[in-house]
Amino acid sequence: MNASIATSGVHPLVHRRPFRKTVEAVVTHVVLAILGLVFLVPFLWLLSTSLKTDPQIFLFPPRWIPSPLTIDQYRLALTTIPFFVYLKNSVVYCVITAIGDVISCSLVSYGLARVRWRGRNALFIVTIATMLLPYQVTLVPLFIIFRTVGWVGTFLPLIVPHFFGSAFYIFLLRQFMLTIPMELADAARIDGASEFRIYRSIVIPLIRPALAVVALFQFLGAWGDFLGPLIYLTDQTTYTISLGLQQYNTQYGTEWGQLMAASTLLTAPIIVLFFFTQRTFIQGVTLTGLKG
Amino acid sequence: MAEASTAARRPVTPTRPASFWYRERATITGLLFCSPWIFGILAFIVYPTIASFYYSLTQYDLLQAPTFIGLGNYAQLAQDPNMLTALYNTAYYMVLWIPLNILLSIGVALLLNLKVRGIAVYRTLFYLPVLVPAVATSLLWVWFLNPQYGIANWLLSLVGIAGPGWLASTTWAKPSVILISLWGSIGNTMLIYLASLQDVPQDLKDAAQVDGANAWQRLVSITLPMLTPVIFFELIIGIIAGIQFFTIPYVITGGTGNPADSLTVFGLLLYRAAFFDFKMGYASAMAWAATVVIFLLTFIVFRTSDRWVYYQSGDTR
Repeated sequence: MNASIATSGVHPLVHRRPFRKTVEAVVTHVVLAILGLVFLVPFLWLLSTSLKTDPQIFLFPPRWIPSPLTIDQYRLALTTIPFFVYLKNSVVYCVITAIGDVISCSLVSYGLARVRWRGRNALFIVTIATMLLPYQVTLVPLFIIFRTVGWVGTFLPLIVPHFFGSAFYIFLLRQFMLTIPMELADAARIDGASEFRIYRSIVIPLIRPALAVVALFQFLGAWGDFLGPLIYLTDQTTYTISLGLQQYNTQYGTEWGQLMAASTLLTAPIIVLFFFTQRTFIQGVTLTGLKG
Repeated sequence: MAEASTAARRPVTPTRPASFWYRERATITGLLFCSPWIFGILAFIVYPTIASFYYSLTQYDLLQAPTFIGLGNYAQLAQDPNMLTALYNTAYYMVLWIPLNILLSIGVALLLNLKVRGIAVYRTLFYLPVLVPAVATSLLWVWFLNPQYGIANWLLSLVGIAGPGWLASTTWAKPSVILISLWGSIGNTMLIYLASLQDVPQDLKDAAQVDGANAWQRLVSITLPMLTPVIFFELIIGIIAGIQFFTIPYVITGGTGNPADSLTVFGLLLYRAAFFDFKMGYASAMAWAATVVIFLLTFIVFRTSDRWVYYQSGDTR
């Protein structure tokens, strides 16, 4: 990138007229702003609805600005369903699976990227191939397995597999590990450090950004996961928020205000998390997307 | 061999017996590191895949042991009108969503690549919907598109368009769902194209400009060919994601796929067969039928790829 900037500075022929450049910038901004608004409008509507009273919500024609502005929908939303129980369940699911994936996938990717052994390429190809298999193929037998061991209705079917690795994160970490220099590890090896020691004390600190990506992606994935909880969390006390949101649909109709308030509460933590970790995030997306 | 020659010279290190464990220590170390995953593949992927194929040849309702019925499920599948509907709906979704997602993402990425000020703000704006959990996305759009109280039709009425019934209409339900999916997917795909656009060598574009190529020609002859590996990747991902499409239509319709089954996509039908009707064998047969279709499609894309996917020579990974 730096090189390209330097190049365009060197070539006087490439120099564009400033006027044309200004017009270009204005047009670009206008188009981007309109597009951005289109992306933003559903959010604004969500927020607006969540801050209205019921009569305001069912006004026709609809109105943007809530008047009176109220947080009643939030208050009600927290009590209509056992919101905090579901929240705790969601957090447990997210945190434990993130830990499971970070531990297992870092170990496995070390074995794939840094240990030279016969079969590592074969295992890597198998890993890629598993990503092409639609989940529907294993859906039924996995349910039958977990039902046989009596795990249906608990978090175990959702959590335990993550301690044995996930193809996507293994792929991501392997690619990342291939880019870090070998010298330090080689030096440690000559000094007699065991492979595990090298993994633990040298490689893990170096791949921390990639581990953050894995933890973040998995946290997000589990936070939004719907199908897994839908199938396995049959007991209401184990519901996650994603699953619990359906309970605002009652036989008397949908509590739209509360539903929008709860949807906001489901979304807000993720957006806050994103603002704190934006760099990691974008790195992660581009890392995995490009190396395909 | 290496040991022998070392031993012939002066042994600096004491010679070890070349035991199996010593010779194979790299393999053992590698296997140990990978053992969780090897177990994971066997327990959560290989065994279930084999079991799924076996179940697809049986009748199994979880209560009684599976009964072998040969290809019965597949025969039934071929005549199941619901399956036909679900395949049609899924195909409709994929045929529109995959290309639109690619085209719109490239469009947004090209705009963002123009190096105007405030790119980070716009990038965040387009990326935000990706972060919204699918359940919340679905619910907020159901309300957004509500024909009476939603704001979408009101906005359309401002420009003189009488809005359709959206998710309540059999004609508009599928386009609505495609719109909703696009809203949630463009941000992600766009980032990948954006990163890839920044790899397009500037000197190449500059050279073309000096030679008199206009912006459109530069886009078609330089930028787009550079993007084809990503387009290829997105195409494969799109095909696989399309068949797995589930949460949005499930949440929007409460699992029914209505109006008039227009949102009964393949994933929904399979879920209902397995977890409403407890036809485990039949659901497994559905999964296998879909997998074969997916593999065929992926195979076709792979086979045609050398004709349209451009790999930069000397490409580093």
